[in-house]
Amino acid sequence: MQLSSQAEAMLAGEMGPARKWAVEHQLQIGRMFDAVDMVNVSQAHMMADPESTGEAGVKLVESFAALPEEERRVVIPTITDPRGVDLNYYDPLGQTEEMADLERRFIAACQSLGITMTNTCINYQTVMPPVRGDHVAYGDTGVVIYSNSICGARSNFEGGPSALAAGLTGHTPRYGLHLDENRRATRRFAVKSPPRELTDWGVLGAVIGRRSGSYWEVPAIEGIENVPTSDEAKHLGAAMASYGSTPLFHIVGITPECDALDDVGGSRLPAEEVTADDLDEFRGSFGARGEKVDVVVFAAPQLSLVEMKQVADLCRGRTCHADTALLVCTPSSVYTDAKAAGYIDEIEAFGGRVLQGTCFYQQYAREIAEANGWERLLSNSTKIVNILGGYGYKPALAPMDACVASAIAGEIV
Amino acid sequence: MPVTLTCHVGIGPRAEGEALVADDNFSARYDLDRIKGVFSRPDHALAGQSYVDKILVMNTAKGGVATAWMLYEMVSRGMAPRALLLNTANTILAQGAALAHMPLCDRFDAGDVTQQIKSGDMLAVDPGLGQVTILDG
Repeated sequence: MQLSSQAEAMLAGEMGPARKWAVEHQLQIGRMFDAVDMVNVSQAHMMADPESTGEAGVKLVESFAALPEEERRVVIPTITDPRGVDLNYYDPLGQTEEMADLERRFIAACQSLGITMTNTCINYQTVMPPVRGDHVAYGDTGVVIYSNSICGARSNFEGGPSALAAGLTGHTPRYGLHLDENRRATRRFAVKSPPRELTDWGVLGAVIGRRSGSYWEVPAIEGIENVPTSDEAKHLGAAMASYGSTPLFHIVGITPECDALDDVGGSRLPAEEVTADDLDEFRGSFGARGEKVDVVVFAAPQLSLVEMKQVADLCRGRTCHADTALLVCTPSSVYTDAKAAGYIDEIEAFGGRVLQGTCFYQQYAREIAEANGWERLLSNSTKIVNILGGYGYKPALAPMDACVASAIAGEIV
Repeated sequence: MPVTLTCHVGIGPRAEGEALVADDNFSARYDLDRIKGVFSRPDHALAGQSYVDKILVMNTAKGGVATAWMLYEMVSRGMAPRALLLNTANTILAQGAALAHMPLCDRFDAGDVTQQIKSGDMLAVDPGLGQVTILDG
């Protein structure tokens, strides 16, 4: 791979061991995906919850944090994905002091590197959305698919180590979705049953993602006439990325790179129908009406201020069942606004709990299930019900209003 | 006679070990109980089976970015697969393998690798050359 003189200096260790590690890491990835050079990026977004990093990952970042200032500071705005422990509320969840300590150590190390602890997977709604053509190094698949598809930015899935490497160097290998040829449609879906509310959008994303089935497929979607809200596009993308490892989609006439199907080379592709039956069949795999529900979760992605108001409106003046927990995850920035607007108080008066800067599935989901005796989980997030099966939960899916009604009833309505 | 499969240049050092094969996909977050070292997702083709020290042979990556950290964490505790062979890796598996110094190869010339290799086959993986040899094949 061709390297700039500055990247060569980093590789030679002239700018310290952290930047040397970063370029070495990037060269391995670049070679595997046939990158010819690096591309400068304007921002990095790092996923690094303590359950994923473990002690080993924390020690690696701490080793960088111990370096002299000029060798350890990130060189572009570098922000973070949700944390695994809300340090204001972990003991009641069944999280341990050991988990909290790992969290505290990682936060301290990140701050020493100059990383901004935004702790959000909706940075495109809350921090600084990228613009069309903006090359970025984002983690969290939901962030990447939204930024690529809705914003027209350019990012691969950059896991925590690679986002850190981008932060330390200011560049990332130029491959995958940084290149025009990989942004063209490879599949074409004709939607016959347009989505109406958030969970419908998630279900549509899941069905298209599952059929696409690979990071290297790009769906072009026809048949969507109503422009989705940011929250609806968020659920569509998060589910598609979760079920299909899909990093980019186009909606004909709506997303910025696809005014017409031909803009993304879609006309040559056979149209595959997505019918109401396909969507109902998917929903049926997560149904459990009448069963006792242990925990209702609104998360994955974290809630926007608009979603916080929707949950608060449903909770107002009502009471959660004594044997059911209701948890809501949102970034601290949204929490502050929601508190001022009275939404947090309404959710808490209902008996729910709003966690700041975390996301449920990144919070030692297995351990907190065991600590609380949770098995049957209900959510409006098509993404989270996909993930949590492997953590020992029996996940069920329902729209937001039915989730709150189920929390009141103590069983899935 | 050993059989050698060729693939794209991969990541990580050479390794030898026993194959564990499934026509299914892979995510450390979605599919594994990483403390016990087994596939824990009930509907995974390898549910209940140990992956520790096995060379996993699978189709592709699932969603999620956590695997980019998790492979390193799993290696640090000695509870990791020995290598990963896939039809198509995604970026996250490549990044995770790079951090963990775990051998990873994909894009096999002979087609579906989950059909070329059987569970129990002894394999030698050379990511630098882009070669996987079935030693007792």
